[in-house]
Amino acid sequence: MRGLKKKRRIQVIAVAVVALALSTGLIGYAMRDGISFFMSPAQIVAAPPAPDQVIRIGGLVEAGSVQRGQGEEIRFSVTDGGASVPVVFRGILPDLFSENEGVVGMGSYVNGVFEATEILAKHDETYMPREVIDALKEQGVYVKPDAS
Amino acid sequence: MSIWEYANPVKFMRLSGALLPWVAIPAAAALAVGLVWGFFLTPDDFRQGSTVKIIFVHVPAALMAVNAWFMMLVTSLIWLIRRHHVSALAARAAAPVGAVMTLIALITGAVWGQPMWGTWWAWDPRLTSFLILFLFYLGYIALWEAVPDPETAADLTSVLCLVGSVFAVLSRYAVNFWNQGLHQGASLSVAPGERMDMTYKLPLYLCMVGFALLFVALVLLRTRTEIRARRIKALLARERMA
Repeated sequence: MRGLKKKRRIQVIAVAVVALALSTGLIGYAMRDGISFFMSPAQIVAAPPAPDQVIRIGGLVEAGSVQRGQGEEIRFSVTDGGASVPVVFRGILPDLFSENEGVVGMGSYVNGVFEATEILAKHDETYMPREVIDALKEQGVYVKPDAS
Repeated sequence: MSIWEYANPVKFMRLSGALLPWVAIPAAAALAVGLVWGFFLTPDDFRQGSTVKIIFVHVPAALMAVNAWFMMLVTSLIWLIRRHHVSALAARAAAPVGAVMTLIALITGAVWGQPMWGTWWAWDPRLTSFLILFLFYLGYIALWEAVPDPETAADLTSVLCLVGSVFAVLSRYAVNFWNQGLHQGASLSVAPGERMDMTYKLPLYLCMVGFALLFVALVLLRTRTEIRARRIKALLARERMA
């Protein structure tokens, strides 16, 4: 940089910025499946992964689908609005886990059932004081914002 | 009068010295009021309980972590194009401040994630690029120390800053590029729809202003220190020559 004239320095920087943006875009595009943290139920149903493949599934816990089984076993369905995948999990659920809330599970897809080894709750962007929600629910006007 | 006059170290020292108290005192005031308001005077969230209060440190720290890198990018480009030493020193001065902001955001994020998500850490695109940004900060600081010649050091670190900007951009906008991540999107945004109640928004804005002013004050102070250190070095060199 030291030996170059100012105009040439600007040209070098401009070329470097374009090259950097282009390479980032290409790498991001090529690795988009690897970078994505989870697969949606629709993606899993459309192209079921091999039973020994460890993947993550993400979506909403379908309303009315949560069934507590014996011991720690729990069954529920994860939906993205279209497709729905049944999930079975043994273990402790995070605090935020509930129906219609976002969830990410790690495990494998065996015979149409997702056998999860780990369940994470996904939090959305809503922040409301408890009193406000209680008051809204009392009046019956509380509308749940769609968690994504 | 042009803005480039303040690239002159003498003029910069005079201006920054006069500005410093006018930035530092509002920073302390905004942080004190914002943090006390956020920690003690806000109600519990309907799902998160009192864990929501971590937001008053996490969001401003993450905001300034990325903004600090952008500030370093701008000053690095000014150095590369116009060769003002004050600009390069300002970038150097900002790096440790930005690195600490990044570390604060990483730690508070983990503390929030453990009860809320159920994990301290996940290899989510946003979290991963933020961790890489932190490593870039460390590499940037190390590169300044590793090269003895100030002009070469400024050139090399400027290029490193340019490359690291990829991860600064990614950690802020990754949620928009890959929406299948664990980290939630922005609660504060110009898009319509109420995501965050006013009781949280107001103290959060105040904390963000406080962190931003704190960053400006620290960078001014550290740039002044860097300029003085460089002056001492020049004086010592001159003494040795005589």
